[in-house]
Amino acid sequence: MADFETPKFREYPIVPQIKDDAMAGKGPFISRPEFDHDLGYPGELPEDWKEQALDKMKDLLGRYRSFRVFMDSCIKCGACTDKCHYFIGTNDPKNMPVARQDLMRKVYRRYFTFAGKFFPKLVGAVDLTEDVLDEWYNYYHQCSECRRCSVFCPMGIDTAEITMAAREILSHVGKSQKYSNQIVQKVYKIGNNLGLPGKALNGILEDLEEEVEEDTGVPVKFNMDVEGCEALLMTPSADFFAEPHIDGLIGYGKVLHELGITWTVSSEASEAANFGLFIGSYENIQKISMRIREAAIKLKVKRIIFGECGHAWRVAYSFLNTLAGPFDFLDQNYPIPQHILEVTHGALEEGKLRMNKEENDHLTMTFHDSCNVARGSRMGDKPGGQFDIPRAVIQAACNNYVDMHADTINDATFCCGGGGGLLTDDLMELRIKGALPRMEALKDATEESGVTNIAAICAICKSQFTKVLPYYGFEMDAIMSVHQLVSEAIVMTGSEQEKDLDGIEEDTKEAEPTE
Amino acid sequence: MSEFYALLFTVAFSVMVLGLVFKIIQYSMVPAPLKIPVTPAPITKSGVVLRLAKEAILFAALFRSNKWTWLFGWMFHMSLFVVLANHLRFFIKDVPLPLVLLQNVGEYAAFTMFIGLTGLLIRRIYVARVKYISSPSDYLWLLLLMFIALSGIIMRFVSHTDVVAVKEFSLGLLSFNWQALPLDFPIMLHLLLVAILMILFPFSKLLHIPGLFFAPTRNQVDNPREKRHISSWAAKMDSEKNKMQP
Repeated sequence: MADFETPKFREYPIVPQIKDDAMAGKGPFISRPEFDHDLGYPGELPEDWKEQALDKMKDLLGRYRSFRVFMDSCIKCGACTDKCHYFIGTNDPKNMPVARQDLMRKVYRRYFTFAGKFFPKLVGAVDLTEDVLDEWYNYYHQCSECRRCSVFCPMGIDTAEITMAAREILSHVGKSQKYSNQIVQKVYKIGNNLGLPGKALNGILEDLEEEVEEDTGVPVKFNMDVEGCEALLMTPSADFFAEPHIDGLIGYGKVLHELGITWTVSSEASEAANFGLFIGSYENIQKISMRIREAAIKLKVKRIIFGECGHAWRVAYSFLNTLAGPFDFLDQNYPIPQHILEVTHGALEEGKLRMNKEENDHLTMTFHDSCNVARGSRMGDKPGGQFDIPRAVIQAACNNYVDMHADTINDATFCCGGGGGLLTDDLMELRIKGALPRMEALKDATEESGVTNIAAICAICKSQFTKVLPYYGFEMDAIMSVHQLVSEAIVMTGSEQEKDLDGIEEDTKEAEPTE
Repeated sequence: MSEFYALLFTVAFSVMVLGLVFKIIQYSMVPAPLKIPVTPAPITKSGVVLRLAKEAILFAALFRSNKWTWLFGWMFHMSLFVVLANHLRFFIKDVPLPLVLLQNVGEYAAFTMFIGLTGLLIRRIYVARVKYISSPSDYLWLLLLMFIALSGIIMRFVSHTDVVAVKEFSLGLLSFNWQALPLDFPIMLHLLLVAILMILFPFSKLLHIPGLFFAPTRNQVDNPREKRHISSWAAKMDSEKNKMQP
């Protein structure tokens, strides 16, 4: 294993200690020029980097009200200091949200405020040097942009906005992160984060059709590039082969089939994820989003439905209409875009889906609210639907459900530790340490309520949990997709499962002795 | 000396007002290109007003976050509010009844203000996390406000200042008809510190007051699917010709 220790579960009550420079270092791998160029970045440190960085900062201060206001409005009250999972897991004080913001704020003050220009020491302002730039690179890649701190900030300051601005500035002086930029480049070149070409994708989908038919006797279609379907399914590419993601995809397929909604994925936009968000680049978020519009037009669909992916849903729900709308060519009777959970939940409410919960009786489930869904989006008509709808669907598929501690769920949920472009092996120490608070809450739920498994609705959460659960003494397959539970419980019309439950007459006749 | 104070106050007040107006204009000119309310967020405008009111009046997020900081912070701010209301009498010739009544409780608000500030200062010094994030200016603000409260308390309860003369002075400020100020040490200190506060206001973290209302995380309506949100600079990148049409 690696040269660090998995943090120990802590004793209550917890007063987080600080350990200076615990996570000092170089940060994740730096991107290569060939990835950067495709995203519109220089790919190397320009000679006049300082001017360029400050120019970019000035530009962003004029483009984003959030950044502009948040640079001024912090009162250093300390409310956020014990709220970040990376601080809790690493004890590095620069991972306290306000301290992370201050890495930027102290430069802002030096160059953009009266007090910092003339009395830098008094207000903690510093010059922009290459060391400061390196520190930015390191610590702005220890933030998963999960927004938990903003929930607790009396001024509503969202560190994610500052992290995004920092990454955008860094990218403009040739200091981008390899993982995120390479992924965005793959989306442009191949169509998805994993670089899965259309042909391979088609093969996978055909295999899935066979598998599901073998299992249920029902010919559920998993279409690719089929024109004239009712819905375009946008789902994270991990859903096409990673576990437990793919079991979720099977679940969407079964639900849509049962509801008679024909659907297709697009080989050109075979990725719901939008890493443009993580690198804080409006241009790239928009360019990635535009593929969805184009796919919807080309495939002549009436609806767009999103699969289980956290930040993709934030971008879809909150930004898609802005970035790639208006969607006046789609059927206005449905939300645009719609989450697969909204589809499933609505159908359950109307009694259109038959569920056999006993299929999941060997499980006691809990639910991990994914940060981008919880704090950056909504489902359904009412605020908070993003919490109630997934839980309602799980409980429709499963008899045993328990929530984790109240201060670790809903809008106070802890990030899985791998969000915001940090789901990369070169950040494994950070990922494992950052998972500590979520793992503690899960451990409590297993001990107090006998929870066996945890469900999530985000591809990153699922991948991250698969990796970190074993470090904390859990089975790696304890993480499940919500639609995996649906997939297990759903009784499709005409399926083997239906026959088993209802006992078809022919079977009974055959069973009778003929002599 | 009275002239110096009169001039100081006129300048300080102008700096504060002009600085704040500049900042408020600056904040409102910068667009918020994307919908970023921290959810669950209100889905109507009146819901947003309620959300902001809860933050501005009750400090709802801070209450959720840390009970001690909330207690001292809220105590300080609410006391300050009462104290400010109490000071209105210096600028109104015939004091209306509500303000007269307020004085009975109002004069004790200086004490709760001082206690709140002391609590915040102790927290800043003794909680390692908060100490780590504090700059010299963070301590100085607390001390400044504590000395303002303290000098006020001394004038009211220990060595009385001629308030009638002070009122002449403050009314004179409003009409640019400068009057003599009773030159006791407590009032001179009190007014000097208040003037410093007003001058520094637009250049400091006191900007959290307008900032609170301008945070897109709190002041946006959660309706991105229903209503297309598009800001000025984003609209330029959004021209029809850049976009595939059905």
